[in-house]
Amino acid sequence: MRLLPVGERALLVELAGAEEAGALHAELLRRRAAGTLPPVREIVPAACTVLLDGVEEPDRLAVELPRWAVPPLTAGSATVTEIPVRYDGPDLAEVADRWGVPPAEVAAVHSATEFRVAFCGFAPGFAYLTGLGAEFAVPRRATPRTAVPAGAVALAGTYTGVYPRTSPGGWQLIGTTDAVLWNAAREPAALLAPGARVRFVPRAEAGR
Amino acid sequence: MTDPALLVVRAGALTTVQDLGRPGYAHLGVPRSGALDPSALRLVNRLVGNDEDAAALETTLTGCAVRPSRDVTVAVGGAPCPLRAGGRPVAWGAPVRVGAGELLEVGAAVRGVRSYLGFAGGLVPEPVLGSRSTDLLSGLGPAPLSGGDVLPLGRPAGEAARVDGAPWPAPPSELVLRVRFGPRHDWFTEAARRTLATGGYRVSAAGNRIGLRTEGPELERAVHGELPSEGMVLGAVQVPPDGRPVVFLADHPTTGGYPVVAVVRESDLAAAAQAVPGTPVRFVPIR
Repeated sequence: MRLLPVGERALLVELAGAEEAGALHAELLRRRAAGTLPPVREIVPAACTVLLDGVEEPDRLAVELPRWAVPPLTAGSATVTEIPVRYDGPDLAEVADRWGVPPAEVAAVHSATEFRVAFCGFAPGFAYLTGLGAEFAVPRRATPRTAVPAGAVALAGTYTGVYPRTSPGGWQLIGTTDAVLWNAAREPAALLAPGARVRFVPRAEAGR
Repeated sequence: MTDPALLVVRAGALTTVQDLGRPGYAHLGVPRSGALDPSALRLVNRLVGNDEDAAALETTLTGCAVRPSRDVTVAVGGAPCPLRAGGRPVAWGAPVRVGAGELLEVGAAVRGVRSYLGFAGGLVPEPVLGSRSTDLLSGLGPAPLSGGDVLPLGRPAGEAARVDGAPWPAPPSELVLRVRFGPRHDWFTEAARRTLATGGYRVSAAGNRIGLRTEGPELERAVHGELPSEGMVLGAVQVPPDGRPVVFLADHPTTGGYPVVAVVRESDLAAAAQAVPGTPVRFVPIR
């Protein structure tokens, strides 16, 4: 664990990897729920860091944090959010080729994986899902699409993501869902928040 | 009787609804947003008797024109600009009365970039996650104004301040940004850190509510790999591949993959919001 000061009121905690970052994030949420975390405006997990922003005394927290006992991430009892998917994306064949499997096998591998929301960003409700092994990594498209439709299920690196709304994007599209990833009028607005567990369920006609 | 409202007659280059933003949702990818010059927003609200966080209009360089459907006390502050109500010149930076149906004309900024129009009772479009701010990065909140738009006006709660004028900071002729190095200053050469601190930067015309872009010497990287995405704060000085520092403003992305060499003190960002393109920028390291 490495602690990097960010301005006057924030602290970036750098961990060894995604698992460790997820574990620290979970511990921070537990402590905040228990009322034992000093006030923090934002807790922002990312690939291998957790940013704590809006901290009253970041120096003090920086001294305390390394002393915490942080249990490793476990499957735990957290409920799994299921996202119905039609595996019909335009990049399915290319992904299958990269993986060295027949196209039908992409759905089988992807839907057999349990994912975890490592972090969000890019757009409200866009979650970076980890779970696929390094052998399934795919590069971003050389030329990003100017408009990826809302509900597109996509891969980049070892991450999976679902576009909450139509936006430009360079990820490889493998499927489509009708699930509503973001609705500001809903509570909670984001279907997938950091730490959530996720499974993709293949559907011939993906319903809600 | 219809609810009081504000008709947009001329939207200007970019006019948005802003309050103090929507903190607390960065983990979902939602920017903080809010007025780029929050001290100006607070002051116009106080002048018209509102709570400091009531929603107001933020203009960009060219002002705007609006017509209220009821008598309303208005205060315009931030970037100084000529003002007319019903064709009469009225005072900038102080509460003024605009009659029902009268046109309030906010001229182009004489100095600075962003003027704020506070209305007694505030603007009350539907809040999103607790804020009425327009967020240009993610499209939350009301869309930027267009001619013909109608915005609901709230009911005045307090009394307008009894002042003829209020002290306003002048828009900067040189933008001094105090910075703390980190979290990724070690991704840059020592020479690059010296370059940042010794200057030669100017405000670029390509800036927006997401970031203040700069023109000037390129910052040379010491580490060339890709940085895994990490959380970004307001005031982060991010360095994209072209090597020119970008200072993150209110609509900045909440995570990003370019290294942050330093972070600007939050209290210096209001001046950044008022610095016109071409203004010299000095990054001053502090401990």
